[in-house]
Amino acid sequence: MPSLPDMMTPDAEGLARQAGQGGAHAPAADADQDAFVEFLLRMGDNALILGHRNSEWCGHGPVLEEDIAMSNIALDLIGQTALWLGLAGEVEGKGRSADDLAYLRDAWDFRNLLLVERPNGDFGATLMRQFLFDAFHFLQLRALTGSADPRVAEIAQKALKEVSYHLERSAEQVIALGDGTAESHARMQAALDDQWGYAQEMFASDATDVTMAAAGIAPDPASLRKPWDDTVDAVLAQATLKRPESSFAHKGGKQGTHTEHLGYILAEMQFLQRAYPGASW
Amino acid sequence: MYAQLVKSEGKSQAELTPEDIAFQERIDRGEKIEPKEWMPEGYRKTLIRQIGQHAHSEIVGQLPEGNWITRAPTLERKQILLAKVQDEAGHGLYLYCAAETLGVSRDQLLEKLHSGEMKYSSIFNYPTLTWADMGAVGWLVDGAAIMNQVPLQRTSYGPYSRAMIRICKEESFHQRQGYAIMMKMATGTPEQKRMAQDALNRLWYPSLMMFGPSDKDSVHSVQSMAWKIKMNSNDELRQKFVDQTVPQAEYLGLTVPDPNLKWNEEKGGYDFSEPDWDEFYQVLKGNGPCNKERLGARVKAWEDGAWYRDAMVAHAKKKAARAVAAE
Ligand SMILES: [Fe+2]
Ligand SMILES: [Fe+2]
Repeated sequence: MPSLPDMMTPDAEGLARQAGQGGAHAPAADADQDAFVEFLLRMGDNALILGHRNSEWCGHGPVLEEDIAMSNIALDLIGQTALWLGLAGEVEGKGRSADDLAYLRDAWDFRNLLLVERPNGDFGATLMRQFLFDAFHFLQLRALTGSADPRVAEIAQKALKEVSYHLERSAEQVIALGDGTAESHARMQAALDDQWGYAQEMFASDATDVTMAAAGIAPDPASLRKPWDDTVDAVLAQATLKRPESSFAHKGGKQGTHTEHLGYILAEMQFLQRAYPGASW
Repeated sequence: MYAQLVKSEGKSQAELTPEDIAFQERIDRGEKIEPKEWMPEGYRKTLIRQIGQHAHSEIVGQLPEGNWITRAPTLERKQILLAKVQDEAGHGLYLYCAAETLGVSRDQLLEKLHSGEMKYSSIFNYPTLTWADMGAVGWLVDGAAIMNQVPLQRTSYGPYSRAMIRICKEESFHQRQGYAIMMKMATGTPEQKRMAQDALNRLWYPSLMMFGPSDKDSVHSVQSMAWKIKMNSNDELRQKFVDQTVPQAEYLGLTVPDPNLKWNEEKGGYDFSEPDWDEFYQVLKGNGPCNKERLGARVKAWEDGAWYRDAMVAHAKKKAARAVAAE
């Protein structure tokens, strides 16, 4: 079967030449702009999908105070989503709003990390995912407050205040649960082992990241690795949890190749916009 | 209401002690009763039932609206709904704290909820089937709750009264956001209008039931009203609710599903049909459309969270022990 497309294409070489042209002739500024949009979608989609996952806990938390705290984090993240996706639409310049981007793209156009689309699991697994992401998100936003693009710096400033609190809280909880009972320790270790490979995608830089770093808009994620390790190692030590040895990274989310889970998140999230196109809510 | 059919534990006139009489006089003078002060056992028990049931209603009440958080149609609607449902959890928290001042722990009350010994409001056993229900619940259910809770700000028990004051501030936001959703739907596409009307059709009578059965069938009202833990009669509040809500429905261009609804000039209020009280009692007995799901979700959250709560306690103990050892 692999040769079928060639056999079916009358002028494969001609087609290939044509296909290459768009990119080759695009001016550098456009490439930067595409990368910028891509970067903003990554920021917005991480916040949106993690916020969505967290909001699944609303009304089902293990204790009322935590139910409220988890909803708070979800609220912060959805708020940040509106800002990042709003800017993405503005930079893209095709008249798409934050809602258009959130509700009318299919999974392959989403740019979030695989980690944030993982199912919640138990409350401990949710907190472990939150901690691994918060530790990264915090460093990323802190760097973004010095972005060459003032709009990015402004959003980062606001989000950083919220995410500092998220990190403080998720770190505390990971420590408490790791150090709690034998059962909670085992659950947290399993959650860590399970999510470790997905967390590594955060530091996998690609061409977009390199372009953004060169433009001074965003830090190269690879540069956040060392401080992330420091935070994570310190917290895991207090939590008496063992850092997994594997350095394998599950990748693809940032480029739009997702796990099966994202499709279901979107099917649910986008239902009304898809079923009643053009309606105002 | 959020507390329906609360059994009150009064005494007959002949059984009243001098303390009972002095206590009633304090209430009649409009004084607030505070936790450390003497109170009749019946007053305490009745309040625990009422505040407990109210608290349970807040947290079970998270579920019907929580049902649509992940499907909210815009980022803004998602934020508003999430904030609203989170507020309800906060209301539960205030009320459990108020109940604790009467000598009952949150865990004890939750145990009684989970075992079915304590109830929550009948309204939350109805399903939320379309997005318009998010509008109708805010508009009608929070609207009905406000009717009852505004007067309860003046209730005789200090902590309950203060909880109500905090809660009422947030409830009016809840009702407004609900009405705003209804407005969007009622002026939207034909499908949206249909959803809005359908939501009103399904939730109208269950909302009327929230006030509890007619006063003539409500045996516990007299004592509770004397103690100022019930401020108005059920029928009085229901009438007020109908009078307020009908013009709002008309403004939306929606039809209240009651062929007998008619303005009565003489009484200065609407005449309207009673809800089906057999259905009400069936729902209280556990036979409503969502009783099993609602209570089941609460029990599951509690049981699934046991290891988490145990771990938090264990860690706090270890931490305290380490602090002592370090001294
Ligand atoms: Fe409430
Ligand atoms: Fe409310």
